[in-house]
Amino acid sequence: MTINELIGIVPNASEHGTNIDHMLELCHWFMAALFVGWTTYFFYTIWRFNKRRNPKANYYGVKSKASLHLEVSVVLIEAVLLLGFALPLWNDRVGPESWPDKANTLEIKCIGEQFAWNFHYAGPDGVFGRQDNRLIDGNNSIGLDKTDPAAADDIVTKGELHLEQYRPTKIEITSKDVIHSLSLHTMRMTQDAIPGSMVPMWFRPVKAGEFEIVCAQLCGANHYAMKANMITEKKADFEAWQKSILDLRKPAAPVAPTAAAAAPALPQIAAK
Amino acid sequence: MADAHAATHDSHGHGEHHDENHHVLPFWRQWIFSTDHKVIGLQYGLSGLSFLFFGFLLMMVMRWQIAHPGEAVPFFGALLQKTFGVAAFSNDALGRMGMLTQDGYNSFGAMHGTIMVFFGIVPAAFAAFGNYVVPLQIGAPDMTFPRINMASFWCFFISCVFMMVSFFVPGGSAKSGWTSYPPLSGIADSIAADPNFPWDHFFNGQTLWITGMVFNITASLLGSVNFIATIIQLRAPGMTWMRLPFFVWAQFITAFLLLLAFPPLEAAGVMHLMDRAFGSSFFMPTGLVVNGQLADWAGGGSPILWQHLFWFLAHPEVYVLILPGIGIVAEVIACNTRKPLYGYKAMVGAIFVLAFLSFIVWAHHMYMTGMGAKVSAFFQTTTIMISVPSVILLTALLLSLWGGSIRFTTPMLFATAFLPQFGIGGLTGIPLAFNAVDLYLHDTYYVIAHFHYVVAPGTIFALFAGIYHWYPKITGRLMNDMLGKLHFWGSVIFINGLFLPMFLQGMAGVHRRWYDGGATYEQISKKVVFGHTSLEWNNVSSFCAFALGAVQLIFIWNLFTSWRAGRKVGRNPWECTTLDWDTPTPPPHGNFDKELRVYRGPYEYSVPGADKDFTPQTEPPPSAEPKAVPEPALVK
Repeated sequence: MTINELIGIVPNASEHGTNIDHMLELCHWFMAALFVGWTTYFFYTIWRFNKRRNPKANYYGVKSKASLHLEVSVVLIEAVLLLGFALPLWNDRVGPESWPDKANTLEIKCIGEQFAWNFHYAGPDGVFGRQDNRLIDGNNSIGLDKTDPAAADDIVTKGELHLEQYRPTKIEITSKDVIHSLSLHTMRMTQDAIPGSMVPMWFRPVKAGEFEIVCAQLCGANHYAMKANMITEKKADFEAWQKSILDLRKPAAPVAPTAAAAAPALPQIAAK
Repeated sequence: MADAHAATHDSHGHGEHHDENHHVLPFWRQWIFSTDHKVIGLQYGLSGLSFLFFGFLLMMVMRWQIAHPGEAVPFFGALLQKTFGVAAFSNDALGRMGMLTQDGYNSFGAMHGTIMVFFGIVPAAFAAFGNYVVPLQIGAPDMTFPRINMASFWCFFISCVFMMVSFFVPGGSAKSGWTSYPPLSGIADSIAADPNFPWDHFFNGQTLWITGMVFNITASLLGSVNFIATIIQLRAPGMTWMRLPFFVWAQFITAFLLLLAFPPLEAAGVMHLMDRAFGSSFFMPTGLVVNGQLADWAGGGSPILWQHLFWFLAHPEVYVLILPGIGIVAEVIACNTRKPLYGYKAMVGAIFVLAFLSFIVWAHHMYMTGMGAKVSAFFQTTTIMISVPSVILLTALLLSLWGGSIRFTTPMLFATAFLPQFGIGGLTGIPLAFNAVDLYLHDTYYVIAHFHYVVAPGTIFALFAGIYHWYPKITGRLMNDMLGKLHFWGSVIFINGLFLPMFLQGMAGVHRRWYDGGATYEQISKKVVFGHTSLEWNNVSSFCAFALGAVQLIFIWNLFTSWRAGRKVGRNPWECTTLDWDTPTPPPHGNFDKELRVYRGPYEYSVPGADKDFTPQTEPPPSAEPKAVPEPALVK
């Protein structure tokens, strides 16, 4: 069992998350080694040099250079963690070469509001409809311009993020009102939703299932209840879900759709 | 207190040697509007301790709500609801008074952070200990600018009034977190809570918070200028830089941190005030839609700008909180191990490096805003670099114990417990320094536990050590030792019971600022670690918080009763070497009753060949040849 598991880490569900957990594990080993070493020394010292046991203090104290070696090793280990792990890991997230191939990427826009998450999908045409905050009203929570032809097949969900298993996913995140933070902790990704900015993040979900999405930035009275669900499903299920929503928009067709197609596909809850 | 009365004299002619014939000042000049550094230190100290306790009470109410969501606070519920009003409390489902509301929870959370940091620890650790002890330790009759010193305290007093009043205006106090991130803090209370209250545009929680902060910052700036000038100008003859006690070094560096880091936040505070009260848009972006309505701000501002300005202060602020604590611990350890500190020069060097680096790490608080690879690489590197001087400081203090003859007095117990606890706080910062890993842990209880380990079992334990250590100098009496030990063991057990479970909860994904303690999130709250779910660990933490509160009552009792009933002591009850113990007890106005000349370093304990195990800094060398004194064992 790893230290991470011992102290309760949530199982990882993304491709790069394995590396994150690995690094966190290394950090915890490093911390544990230092802490155990120090406390052993500490307890021995306060026992050994208690006034009763050692009535006369030694003016010169420690003469050995052991602490210097210790400090140099701390510096070296930290340098390895930084240069060998931390910088490459973050470069894999945001470096200019790291972004996945656009053709194969599921692109989603995420718009936070007090106190819900909206997820905007481009739909089958792969093009997002125009969006304008001035168009926001009770029936149009993200201000989608319905006169834009590209918007016709766009899908907007509230509180439900559908992802396709194994497909790289890029989410562009913003907010309508205050700063929220889209925390997909099972994916080991978090990004603030900042009004006035649109910031992208990407990851590749590898584990199917249903996970909780947390708002990680204080956003007002109901911040604690700003929960959303993330559903990672197989390609076929994802497409069926998308189709089921679009089918609802079609004017009554001459031939009634089969029951199976009309019913929204149930999210895949089973792990893998 | 009576002794202090008799010994305190007129404030004319600072910097001169005082004779004993001055008339006694009226009470209000002597104890209220005083320019004496010791009285100002006590004023700061008592206000700081009161705010620490008040901030702790706010937290205990929140801990009740986290452990028992939606239940009225027992025993005190009705009192709380009547005091803080409907903005913060309402009746629970069973009709009992005193259930914390969502707004009340956020407002108590914001005020807990603000009060603990800016109204508790900075006044107590920096202003109180600094004012009282620094002039004594460097051999100065007072601060360089006694009137500026008084202005600093009264500026602080005004800021306290603003903060306290803000609890009682319609809508309650600020509720956007101690960080007050706009736009949340910009739109907070922008709709009048009470239409009949004509001054809501100004007298609302968030605006009063900003105004209070501007006064608080001004007070800190006045104080820091004074500290720097005093330490540079008023050192006694022979008190060279490398003979300064480490505590003075810590305060000197802290003063520079305050002086350089606070002005950006002061400017930001004024800009924020303009946004709220006069319709500017420094921090308000274009096109905000609040409650389904396009908001009434011109826009064009940047909410991230506030975060940069805030954290440019608030990261050095962390070192403002911890450095005086390390200084106190160093003094207490040197005195109670009866040997010199290990690596004094390295420690002084380390705090210089620490202070410099603390100005270029601030954006690690903002990893979640989405940082490019290069900028992030810079801040990750500086953040990891700052761990090096911290490790040097902790190592030096730990190695100082080796070879000592350790007296476990009450101050020493707190100082020794500081070391491993501060160590936990420091070590758990390592994964948080790395952007990619931090995303998983940021804003979870892991981070809460990390920084609380630095400032609560860290700095606050150091403060306790300092209070028990210098109390006999201030009052002429010792604090009760048995009660002190009871206070120590209770504190050390419950403070760890309070914060250790938070690491587990944080790993399981429990985030901060959750009104219901996480019950909304089923996957997170049902996660089992060490046989308990995240929700059950809330109960453990909360129980320990209440028990910790109860243990502090012992300290409060001890603090006040010992003032009259404690055992009387002379000038130097702990047999210390530094100048603060070379004054009459309590020190009179003007501090010293003899000509001062400093001959040696600050920690000459157990010098080989000396007739006693401490050699005061003022003790002349035995022969004309200063070489007879052994070289201090401080070189590292």
